[in-house]
Amino acid sequence: MRKDLLTTEHLPVETALRLLDRSDYYLELLKKPGPFQKLKILEGMTVANLFFEASTRTRTSFELAERRLGADVITLTPAVSSLSKGESILDTILVLEAMKVDAFVVRHNVSGVPQFLSDRLPDFVHVINAGDGVHEHPTQALLDAAELRAALGDLAGKRIAVVGDILHSRVARSNAWLLKKLGALVTFVAPETLLPRNVGDVFGVETSHSLDEILDSMDAIMMLRIQMERQARGFFPSLEEYREQYGMTPERVGRSSAFILHPGPINHGIELESETAYGERSLVLRQVKRGVAMRMAVMEWLFN
Amino acid sequence: MDILLQNAHLIDPSMDLDEASFDLEIRDGIITQIGRGLKSNGEVRDLSGAVVAPGFFDLHVHLREPGQEYKETIESGLNAAMAGGFTGVCCMPNTEPAISNPFVVSYIKEKADGHLVDLAICGTMTNDRKGEELAPMAALAKAGVRMISDDGAAVRSAEVMRRVFEYAKTFDLLVTQHCEEHSMTAGAAMNEGRTSTKLGLPGWPSVAEEIIIARDILLAEYVGGVRYHAAHVSTKGGVRLIREAKARGLAVSCETTPHHFTLTDEAVEQHGTLAKMCPPLRSQQDMDAIIEGLRDGTIDCIATDHAPHATHEKETDMISAAMGIIGLETAIPLGLTHLVNAGHLTLSQYIERCSINPRKLLGLDTVQIKEGHPANLTIFDPDKKWRFSESDIRSKSRNTPFLGNEFTGRVLGAINQGMLYWQR
Repeated sequence: MRKDLLTTEHLPVETALRLLDRSDYYLELLKKPGPFQKLKILEGMTVANLFFEASTRTRTSFELAERRLGADVITLTPAVSSLSKGESILDTILVLEAMKVDAFVVRHNVSGVPQFLSDRLPDFVHVINAGDGVHEHPTQALLDAAELRAALGDLAGKRIAVVGDILHSRVARSNAWLLKKLGALVTFVAPETLLPRNVGDVFGVETSHSLDEILDSMDAIMMLRIQMERQARGFFPSLEEYREQYGMTPERVGRSSAFILHPGPINHGIELESETAYGERSLVLRQVKRGVAMRMAVMEWLFN
Repeated sequence: MDILLQNAHLIDPSMDLDEASFDLEIRDGIITQIGRGLKSNGEVRDLSGAVVAPGFFDLHVHLREPGQEYKETIESGLNAAMAGGFTGVCCMPNTEPAISNPFVVSYIKEKADGHLVDLAICGTMTNDRKGEELAPMAALAKAGVRMISDDGAAVRSAEVMRRVFEYAKTFDLLVTQHCEEHSMTAGAAMNEGRTSTKLGLPGWPSVAEEIIIARDILLAEYVGGVRYHAAHVSTKGGVRLIREAKARGLAVSCETTPHHFTLTDEAVEQHGTLAKMCPPLRSQQDMDAIIEGLRDGTIDCIATDHAPHATHEKETDMISAAMGIIGLETAIPLGLTHLVNAGHLTLSQYIERCSINPRKLLGLDTVQIKEGHPANLTIFDPDKKWRFSESDIRSKSRNTPFLGNEFTGRVLGAINQGMLYWQR
């Protein structure tokens, strides 16, 4: 039976908990001052990072995690691969596999691509979903859950809001599946135009159109990045109105005792202000550090 | 061709014929005798347990020629139709070039000449399916076209559609719409519903089909005296709109596909791009309404929307993948399994929707099982259990989610134009 990490939807809760624990361990290693002593856990293994969609922080986070575990690492982005010559994604991955790649970290702007590739690779090759379309981003959800647990303790019964463009968010989807498994109560907050139909039903979450109404009762608030071009497609009237309704403004931060998360990159002045983005209740930079630790934990688990 | 079919169950809804254990003698392509205990020195086939019906006609197939012969040719497509038990099909005009002039019509006719399967040709409504200028309907009709559609796309402009209705009246063309409000479906990969929400795939809402059906019914009524046909209806609301229009006495008809009465959008999770269709597979509620529409006659006929695509066009992500599946070889087994044997339709009702109604809509002569008439027959065993495999495919393409499925009901053969086809 092969090991992949494609979704949190299908990730057993025991595995998730084990990954949270192991990421705590790696986080401690990463916090030690001085040079990082590379580990040998992935020695001799080759990991290919295939980023069909641009990403700096997730790609860097995976690369550092892989190198720190001792893997040989190659990273391909569409600009440097032969995709521009009409080669299909399937060609690309089969060609790399033929050169003996042991794991693929895949990011693609179409939902389902990591699964599609996993179904067509031999059983001994691992696939890690680094974000597919608006489907899932499981390592992000795992690192978020680890930081939430570090801040709030056991997540059972904790109230967590995910605010913003749910419709186009793989982070919201992966977080909803995982946080529910860990016993948290999740509320999606967005204008109706940015909430997919039946989303409450499908994910077993609460939904709200008003950030102000739910603000008081939340233990943590996860802000999602708004993509500027969405406005042009008519999902909301203006960035100013969006900020007014759904931004974690300094005024709202002042009224709330919740921890604040953001998967980044932040639109300063829309989802968060510069002063609050890295303020005392913000977990934003901790999320970044945890990212490397969590991806080390995931790699270790896949190859074990 | 002389042949004696023995002990067949003859069903012809056009004459209320439904009799078991009859013999049928065919000489030179003509039904010469119907009776019991007939004798012959020529070829004899015992059809105990099998049904002989007027030849099935598929109103909606894509044969891809001219222009996309790597997917299908007229020959391979008609062979698939024959193997699937059809004696006639109507090919859609989204070829390259599109069927917007009589030269393309005659090119296709020539290619289809001499085949067991009759080929009717659907022309475009507007030039090159652009939705702008009227296609040369007089010339198309003169070349033998009886149905027009910009299939693959709806005519977006209500004004252009009004003119299509008005102009088509003169030639009594069946005005057929691919019902899709394109402003709501750009980039869509599947039905908008629970599964699209979960998978994060852009959705094609059911209302985008219903808006165009509603618009066209209003326009057809306003123009008056025109026959309107909604292609591949997939939604509950679409069925309701057509039921209401029929109740008001309008000349409105529609078809649905085998995949819309057998699969829901949940199939995308299992079959991926092989479950990507246009219109998409819908919800369970929609599927139930489609079956009810077939039962109560709101839906006039079953058409496959046979849409061959090469492997590389399906072996890719859900956004880039081509839409549609091949359907000719699986249509009758799916109908027998999921409509007849599931108890939704009687054999006679099923045959009416596959044979009588589509020809009626095209204004073709009704095919009848009658002495002195040409033998145009579909022969199937409604109870035969079998498993569908790649070797059953005659189409040039393999894009179907039904490989490996077990069916109850199998096509045994087809007879038409003095030719005879038997399943191996």
